[in-house]
Amino acid sequence: MSARILTVDDSASIRLTTNVALSTAGYAVSEAVNGADGLAKAQAERFDLIVTDLNMPIMDGLTMIEELRKIPSQTGIPIIFLTTESDAALKTRAKNAGATGWLTKPFDPENLVKIVRKVLGK
Amino acid sequence: MSFPDPITVFRLEAGELLEQIEAGLLDLGRNLDDRDLVDAVFRGLHTLKGSGAMFGFDALAAFTHHCETAFDQVRKGEVPATQELVAAVLEARDQMRLLVETPNGEHGAESERLLAVLHQAVKAAGGGEAAAPVDTPVKAGEQKKPAGRKRYTLLFRLPVNAMANGTNPLGLLDELRELGDCKVIADRASIPPLEKLVPTNLHVGWRVELVTERPRSDIDDVFIFVMDDMELSVSEEDLDTAPVVEVKPQVQPVAPAIAAAPAAAPVSKAEKAPVQDVRANARGQENVRVPAERLDELMDRVGELVIAQSRLYQLATSSVDIGLRAVSEDIERLSGELRDTMMVLRMVPITQLFGRFRRLIHDLARETGKQIELVTEGESTEVDKGVIERLADPLVHLVRNSCDHGLETAEERIAAGKSPVGRITLAARQSGGEVTITIVDDGRGIDRSRVRAKAESSGIITPNTQLSDQELLQLIFQPGFSTAAQVTNLSGRGVGMDVVKKSVEALRGTINVVSNPGAGSEVSLAIPLTLAIIDGLLVRVGSGRYVIPLAAVEECLELSIEEDLRSRGRSFISLRDSLVPFIRLRDLFLTGTKPDPFQKVVVISTGSERVGLVVDQIIGDHQTVIKSMSKLHQDVATFSGATILGDGNVALILDVAHLVAAGQHQEAHMRAAG
Repeated sequence: MSARILTVDDSASIRLTTNVALSTAGYAVSEAVNGADGLAKAQAERFDLIVTDLNMPIMDGLTMIEELRKIPSQTGIPIIFLTTESDAALKTRAKNAGATGWLTKPFDPENLVKIVRKVLGK
Repeated sequence: MSFPDPITVFRLEAGELLEQIEAGLLDLGRNLDDRDLVDAVFRGLHTLKGSGAMFGFDALAAFTHHCETAFDQVRKGEVPATQELVAAVLEARDQMRLLVETPNGEHGAESERLLAVLHQAVKAAGGGEAAAPVDTPVKAGEQKKPAGRKRYTLLFRLPVNAMANGTNPLGLLDELRELGDCKVIADRASIPPLEKLVPTNLHVGWRVELVTERPRSDIDDVFIFVMDDMELSVSEEDLDTAPVVEVKPQVQPVAPAIAAAPAAAPVSKAEKAPVQDVRANARGQENVRVPAERLDELMDRVGELVIAQSRLYQLATSSVDIGLRAVSEDIERLSGELRDTMMVLRMVPITQLFGRFRRLIHDLARETGKQIELVTEGESTEVDKGVIERLADPLVHLVRNSCDHGLETAEERIAAGKSPVGRITLAARQSGGEVTITIVDDGRGIDRSRVRAKAESSGIITPNTQLSDQELLQLIFQPGFSTAAQVTNLSGRGVGMDVVKKSVEALRGTINVVSNPGAGSEVSLAIPLTLAIIDGLLVRVGSGRYVIPLAAVEECLELSIEEDLRSRGRSFISLRDSLVPFIRLRDLFLTGTKPDPFQKVVVISTGSERVGLVVDQIIGDHQTVIKSMSKLHQDVATFSGATILGDGNVALILDVAHLVAAGQHQEAHMRAAG
């Protein structure tokens, strides 16, 4: 069975890009529109990996990562966040919140797949 | 799985973002201290920039980046939000829209001018340069030299919580193995006794001997995500030359998170709380975006289903088969429900439409120098999407009119004992199958004498015509009428109120105006909730069948032979002591058949005016899917559309507004004739 990935982003176009790239690479992709939505979906269904934006309305990505890591069943699920080059400080904070890796925006869809493969292992 | 075109999705999304940014800015202009609004605007700009860069809208991304930077300074408290700044970004927003719409256009000069304005505004607010941040990726790039084989000895230990945070150490080892010959030895020294062991913690370190031709940077890439918090030491040994051991301690200290924190310090718990802003509305729930044309297709199918259903119904009712009847009833119920669901799908809250007016009022206030505030009510009222689109232009015109002609200047208002701020109220409410939209201003009201003078001078009425107040006010909807003393930039665009009235009538709606001199005016539009399906009354005239929109029907009565004879030539019936003019549809449609012995009168009305329509037979209720008339028949005023009946025949739908007007005209004619 293909690995299941949840992509969390408030931007429909970014969600689409992530979805297309990852679906094409053979993953099963679900979408969430903000941190709160992502948090709920991650608990409703077991994902193998989560890709999230940081800057989102309602609940930002940092909070979502922190909250997820508090839930025992969500420990160990790799979380990749999308960040911009200028957010160096944010990167550290996301790592401290429990993120696994990151991808710098604007990103190349191929690069996203590469990183997902890296984090998911074989 | 098929995906929509990302560029199209981006454009749609950019449109939404720009609207949200605009709404946020306008709100912020009124409340400069609102942190939530600053955040919302910043987020909007941030997303726009990010997505823009993703989809090749480079000019947009670069331009937006500067605005984002300025707002970031506001967000971090380095610069206060000022009116100038808000105005500058608002203007910049329009430029962003241009950059989205025509990314390849010549926008450079204008962009630079706007950025200069923005720069000034930031500076005036006491901030630093809104300059591009140095975001050159700093990568400790090691030159890839065509090195020979090397033996690397790695000692590494991941942070204790690495596994909990999603890093799989085995994955890292796999990656190292891919680089070359690998020998891995686990360092189990720090595994605690069983009772103290936390299964999710990582207690193992590794020693890896790797022989590879790959450069050192490839090894670093393996650890890229954990580099900052791990212990790693790498020593390398050149296998192809003399065994010089070069030890390069690469132990990275735990990232100085605290030192880096101040820059982002304002991101506090408070900010993480749900932010009440316009975006919450737009993005709170999960939505599926469907192209409008697909909805229209679905609507057509549902319409055809309703027609097929009524055919089935006719068959079933004339049949003795109980089973067939039961199925027919089920299908009738289901298709009715399907139709209702379909209607709801097409409904969108009128907020969308009202939202546009905030900017319009903002601009109008600036252009006219008047102080204007906009109040909106009933924004959650839902209306058919098609109706909303077609309402936009008439409403813009009406609001412009109110601002331009209705509202006075601040001085005039004070002199009249009013608050200097003029108020425009846009309200929507639903009642029955109609939605009523009112545009109320508290301005000077409509000057009857000027209306009369203007109507007389432009030949719409003859001097000294007796007119009721309502009739007088309705004159402003006549073609060629405009009371503006001078044509201004705002109202005098060659579009008159007659065009507004036409657009509203095209939506099968009505328009009414009430005005109190000195206290203001109120224009109300009553529009049917949907354009696609109506409940109709099916009637027969001669051999043809026609549909009268049920909403307009007041009552049905019989036209007795005596009354018919008595009224011949006068065409009035007396209905509870009031005279109602009627139109013989047989005559109008030239049926050439003999009238039925018992003709019926269907009394229809548009608000205040009534007209009777004489028909041969009233067949009954009929749910009607409106099909528009062909191009050839578009100019036929008596009919507003056509529908297909259960038996496959076509019935024409009567245009109520037109028939009432014709009937009233006939009445006026009769009265004039004595």
